Amino acid sequence: MNDLIQQAESIILQPAGLSINDIDQVMGNLLSNHIDQADIYFQSSRSESWVLEDGIVKDGNYNIEQGVGLRAVSGEKTGFAYSEELTMPNMLEAAKSVKSIASLGHSGILKPTSFNKVPALYAAIDPLNSMSREDKIALLKRIDQETRKIDSRIEQVVVSLVGVYEVVLVATEGGRLSADIRPLVRMNVTVIVEENGRREQGGSGGGARRGYEYFIEDDRAMSYAREAVRLALVNLEAVDAPAGTMTVVLGPGWPGILLHEAIGHGLEGDFNRKGSSAFSGKIGEKVASPLCTVVDDGTLDDRRGSLSVDDEGTKTECTTLIENGILKGYMHDKMNARLMGHVATGNGRRESYAHLPMPRMTNTYMLAGNSDPAEILSSVKNGLYAVNFAGGQVDITSGKFVFSASEAYLIEDGKITSPVKGATLIGNGPDVLTKVSMVGNDLQLDQGVGTCGKEGQSVPVGVGQPTLKIDGLTVGGTHA
Amino acid sequence: MPDSKNTSAISDHETDRLKNIASDILLEAKKQGADQAEAAISVGRGLSVNVRLGDVETIEQHRDQGIGITVYKGKKKGSASSTKLDPSSIKEMVSAAYAIAQYAEEDPFSGLPEADQLATNFPDLSLHHPWVLNTEEAIERAVACENAARFYDKRISNSEGASIQTFEGTRVLANSLGFNHGYPASRHSMSCSVIGEQDGSMQRDYWYTTARKASDMEGPVTVGEKASERTVRRLGAKSINTRKCSVMFAAEVSSGLIGHFISAIRGGNLYRKSSFLLDSLGQQIFPSFVNIYEQPLLPQAMGSAAYDSEGVATSARDIVSDGVVQGYVLGSYSARKLGLKSTANAGGVHNLTVEPGNLDFNGMLKEMHTGLLVTELIGQGVNTMTGDYSRGAAGYWVENGEIQFPVEEVTIAGNLKDIYQAIVAVGNDVDLRGNTRTGSILIEQMTLAGC
Repeated sequence: MNDLIQQAESIILQPAGLSINDIDQVMGNLLSNHIDQADIYFQSSRSESWVLEDGIVKDGNYNIEQGVGLRAVSGEKTGFAYSEELTMPNMLEAAKSVKSIASLGHSGILKPTSFNKVPALYAAIDPLNSMSREDKIALLKRIDQETRKIDSRIEQVVVSLVGVYEVVLVATEGGRLSADIRPLVRMNVTVIVEENGRREQGGSGGGARRGYEYFIEDDRAMSYAREAVRLALVNLEAVDAPAGTMTVVLGPGWPGILLHEAIGHGLEGDFNRKGSSAFSGKIGEKVASPLCTVVDDGTLDDRRGSLSVDDEGTKTECTTLIENGILKGYMHDKMNARLMGHVATGNGRRESYAHLPMPRMTNTYMLAGNSDPAEILSSVKNGLYAVNFAGGQVDITSGKFVFSASEAYLIEDGKITSPVKGATLIGNGPDVLTKVSMVGNDLQLDQGVGTCGKEGQSVPVGVGQPTLKIDGLTVGGTHA
Repeated sequence: MPDSKNTSAISDHETDRLKNIASDILLEAKKQGADQAEAAISVGRGLSVNVRLGDVETIEQHRDQGIGITVYKGKKKGSASSTKLDPSSIKEMVSAAYAIAQYAEEDPFSGLPEADQLATNFPDLSLHHPWVLNTEEAIERAVACENAARFYDKRISNSEGASIQTFEGTRVLANSLGFNHGYPASRHSMSCSVIGEQDGSMQRDYWYTTARKASDMEGPVTVGEKASERTVRRLGAKSINTRKCSVMFAAEVSSGLIGHFISAIRGGNLYRKSSFLLDSLGQQIFPSFVNIYEQPLLPQAMGSAAYDSEGVATSARDIVSDGVVQGYVLGSYSARKLGLKSTANAGGVHNLTVEPGNLDFNGMLKEMHTGLLVTELIGQGVNTMTGDYSRGAAGYWVENGEIQFPVEEVTIAGNLKDIYQAIVAVGNDVDLRGNTRTGSILIEQMTLAGC
């Protein structure tokens, strides 16, 4: 038994009076001849949030969640039940109801328990205990005070600090037991500025699978604050955004949300097995310019979107989605991999024990190209340079996606000129990357605040990209 | 359809049991040193069944419970939440909330709501109608729904399936001012989503029905056929040139447009001054024919409640009369910050209603004559602080009051202040499925960006 499994056992099972033998017994009740796949997912999480507003730490919240989810899959059919109460009668009852998804058979053969040994990509720490309450409050107060000194036009500063300590233990049909301890912290700073009656806001933040000291190192907390102020002040100068189709240059890092929306969701295994994605059946086809290589990489140390093992106990991977413009592969959980005859890629994720796993992204980014970012900008006669985004959405069937710029500038004669107001950009996933004509040498990953929603389930993710030039994307401003 | 209390998953005793737990929490908070406390507890049971291509895809049994505790030490506040209801967990939660309150700072505006605003009348709003539905019946209905969609038109090439969900739960709220009340409620829904294909391009659309009482829902065949009809009519969609034009928000998307208004007059955005409608009380924000009001006590409606999430009594009230703002949307904290009284909107509005006009859907199209009918919006793209609005849209190009062809990959943009003043008509084709009840809304002009 490895160390993480021992820890998960002592955190989740022992307090409930359960042992690994009990899990075997429940699994035995979950399996039958007709069950292709089954899992028992234990989760215990503790989280906290602190919010500073009007110069005072007004509110804090502490949350504990614990429960077990049981799933049995037969062919394409899934039975699922969950409970907050970790007792044998509860779990056995849930197993019985879940197993009825397959026509009844006698119990399947229970394989001996094995322990999944996977190197951890982050330390098994409890971030809530990584800093004293006094120091958390003092950190928030310091950020507030120092931020207000940056500019006299600042009216309001809101700072929030969130920490999550999550322990998962997952038993799968093959008798394999996997555990993971997943710390996650996040800090956000929002600033409201006012000048001559015009009010604007700016926000920035970051996070990682670390303790709160992450925000002290390299002066990160204040760098978020300075960035929030800078953005708010830029917005004070913003003019109406243009409307229409034009050349768009996307800055490095967070604008990689383009990849997440335009192609990422469309390459998730479930949509492709069902044939409902605009990318269905396109493996081996050209879906991007040869300059584009895009990966989904769950293996990056300490990153928000990373996982040592996914929620089905599969080790995460760096999966190549697009290589030199050619579609290479999909992101899979176990069920969709099995049904498509592919291999699970460590993308089986779930929001909690009360949700079913499905294929989800981890850290999705485009590899660096050869162009100097300055050269990319100077190559554009007239267009839009978009460097910050507020979020996006995609219709995976039609392929149409949007993402909303929160910091953008006009490009005139190869030079960055006026900042423009936030505008939504809209495009078509399967062909937007074919219009990529230049890829920068400046790959950056985002700062660690991304959350992705799919079918009502939220999971932390990351994105990244170098500076990109797209020859034609519709910009939804008001200036027609 | 059976509708009997005897077969409910949530018994009357369940509400009483939660009320007792809530009392225990308040006692424990007092014992630990809190001056004031509030507890909210909910439990729920549900079943959801998804079918796809005529066969079961998932069967999910839902059993949820949750607890939220807020304590005040003087004017210092802390809160804790959990999914565990046992006595030792409750003790731990209260301690955690109390510890936070000790570290938080004095906030002169914090505290429980004003005692004289708490609800004392608890009319039966008829919100609890269990649906006796076993898994086999649910599958049968969902399959009937999906079949109606799949075989409605030859161009339907694939399906994302049909689903049936039924949920019952009870929620109790108690505070140290003596309020302790709870009531059970139910919600049922059926939805269907199918894919059509034409010339190698796919489109997907969906329809759903939802109600407190199963017999108030649309039937499986109706839901399936509507999903199919909506999908097929999108086939062949294209982008159009950038232009300024009239825009009609279909009823199912116009609730969002009204939602942005509510967000801008919500207390939290007003006291933070992060709204484009600061000091809008008494101001003409809409044309004079627009009236918007709350109807919290409508029997069986989706947004009905006798009190808000702090226990403040709700009542029918006008938010906009003759286009003029009559009141904000406040909970007790934001009300105190603004020097006003709570409007019983902690947790949101209740059956927000835009008074319907005289025109039906086709009448609205005729009124528009030429422009874009929007049936789907994607992305965020709304800045509540400035009112700037820019979202991805799909719908239909309309000329001479008639739909010409489907449109996609365009955005619509403007500033909400101008958009609200440019409302030309509100339809009587009211969508009753959500907490916002409005017909379609016609805007004289917005900027459309396309190819």
